[in-house]
Amino acid sequence: MAFVENIRPSSETLLASNAPKRPANMGQIIRWLLLFLGGVVMVMPIAYMLSTSLKWPHEVYNVNLIPEEPTLENYAYVLEDGRFYGWFVNSLIIATLTTVSNILFDSLVGYTLCKFRFPGRYIIFIAILSTLMIPTEMLVIPWYLMSQQFGWLNSYWGIMFPGMMTAFGTFLMKQFFETVPDDFIEAARIDGLNELQIWWTVAMPLVKPALAALAIFVFLGNWTAFIWPLIVTNSPDMYTLPVGLSSFGDEADVAWELIMTGAAISTIPTLIVFLIFQRFIIRGVVMAGLKG
Amino acid sequence: MYRNLTIKQKQIVWAWAFLAIPVLFYGVIRFYPTGNAILISFQNWNLLGTRSWAGFDNYVKLWNDPVFWKVFANTFIYLLLGTPISLVISFVIAYHLDQLRFMHGFLRMLYFLPFMTSAVAMAWVWRWFYQPVPTGLFNNLLASVGIGQISFLNSTTNALPAVLAPAVWAGLGFQIIIFMAGLRAIPKSYYEAAKIDGVGWWTVLWEITLPLLKPTIVFIVVFSSIGFLRIFDHVFNMTTNNPGGPLNATKPLVLMIYDTAFTGFDMGYAAAQTVVLFVVLLTVSLLQLRILRDK
Repeated sequence: MAFVENIRPSSETLLASNAPKRPANMGQIIRWLLLFLGGVVMVMPIAYMLSTSLKWPHEVYNVNLIPEEPTLENYAYVLEDGRFYGWFVNSLIIATLTTVSNILFDSLVGYTLCKFRFPGRYIIFIAILSTLMIPTEMLVIPWYLMSQQFGWLNSYWGIMFPGMMTAFGTFLMKQFFETVPDDFIEAARIDGLNELQIWWTVAMPLVKPALAALAIFVFLGNWTAFIWPLIVTNSPDMYTLPVGLSSFGDEADVAWELIMTGAAISTIPTLIVFLIFQRFIIRGVVMAGLKG
Repeated sequence: MYRNLTIKQKQIVWAWAFLAIPVLFYGVIRFYPTGNAILISFQNWNLLGTRSWAGFDNYVKLWNDPVFWKVFANTFIYLLLGTPISLVISFVIAYHLDQLRFMHGFLRMLYFLPFMTSAVAMAWVWRWFYQPVPTGLFNNLLASVGIGQISFLNSTTNALPAVLAPAVWAGLGFQIIIFMAGLRAIPKSYYEAAKIDGVGWWTVLWEITLPLLKPTIVFIVVFSSIGFLRIFDHVFNMTTNNPGGPLNATKPLVLMIYDTAFTGFDMGYAAAQTVVLFVVLLTVSLLQLRILRDK
């Protein structure tokens, strides 16, 4: 997109505030306090989810954030029959494999479209880009019929196949391969590397930040994906975490402490990953958001 | 054979070798299903029975279906409430956050955290918040300060905003981060010049910051609009006992598609709805790009 050119913050600018240094005055203090309050409100739903997952059933009705007698009983109960464990593993496998596939194929296609001159290049580029305009929801019915025909219902492949490559990722990687100088590639060619080796050993290492950004988006997207896994699976052992949680919530009815525990189980992993790689992830989100 | 090719020809061979699997993928998993969805929309087909040509029957049926118009209106209410509200809130927060140094990263983290959660999990959390006393958090808080109870998810008027709230909440973090990147990209010299001229902050905001932020605003508007027009996860999970209820008050287009296709197995009718969704998304995005860019 054209406007991408206008916004190109160096990735470092987001890591710390570059607001002018000035002595704290009343206005700044009030501004800070209000923003802090807003931030606390923002994390409240997450905080209440965690807090309630640690409460005994009789305490759920209290609005206190800190449980009076914290307990891991809910986790023991929810994890006992192994269903959440299975859903967790399913989600992990599916999100990981899809991420790997996107990293390989999106970058390979992006690289080819960026660095090769061949007949059909422009048509392929436009064709892939145009799929960005087709909403997933329009494709779920044909995908379902396809899965039914080929026996892909209730399988990892059935859940994964629609997302193995994305136009978004391809476009993102193409943008980043533009920054790899053609001279590097020429030099590698003269050194006798074949094109596959050049892509893998010369070009890929130079776009690592972009690959990381893509990986974050694809993984998070597949970890939280709901509508397609809901459609393509109907046996509980093939559910992903979101689909499993949805059915569990219905079944647990009003046992909110158990539902919150299930919600916590599906949220905690991404929260932990975020807290560890915070700066890195925010930078990736900005990069993907602005360039993609 | 390969050895005798010129460098240029070798490149063509490599390029197509690299593209073979992806081209197959996009053909079979993207383009064929798109055509297929349009084709099915002109057919009568419940999954088990026969498949017959229906002409425009599905579209006529849709036009005459009062539920469709209700759903169509809901979808646009999600858009018309969700996009401006999240745009304004995220800009105000980003604008002020940008001007703070103290614990900047910590504050930013608080706002960004919800973006990392799963919509399904958070829909259930908010669903609990909305329950009547003695369970729900909001009504318990209201009760503790002595205000009357509010019926959220069971009310035909309150349910839609109640379902929308977590969707707005979850998207704010992303928009704030994008806005902050946009703000950082505005050259400092503009602000310095304004300062020398003694221009007030309000004028600076409207004459410098917002106009220069336009590309960012366009991006966020288009991006979040597409999200709100396709809302599904939150609605489905907050109303599992009666999807899209009460009385279709929260039902968006995608949920109607899901119901028609995978509860009613009326594939032709559902496919027609997906075509409508496609046209709506395309029209709204193009209109927004046009209006926002030309000004």
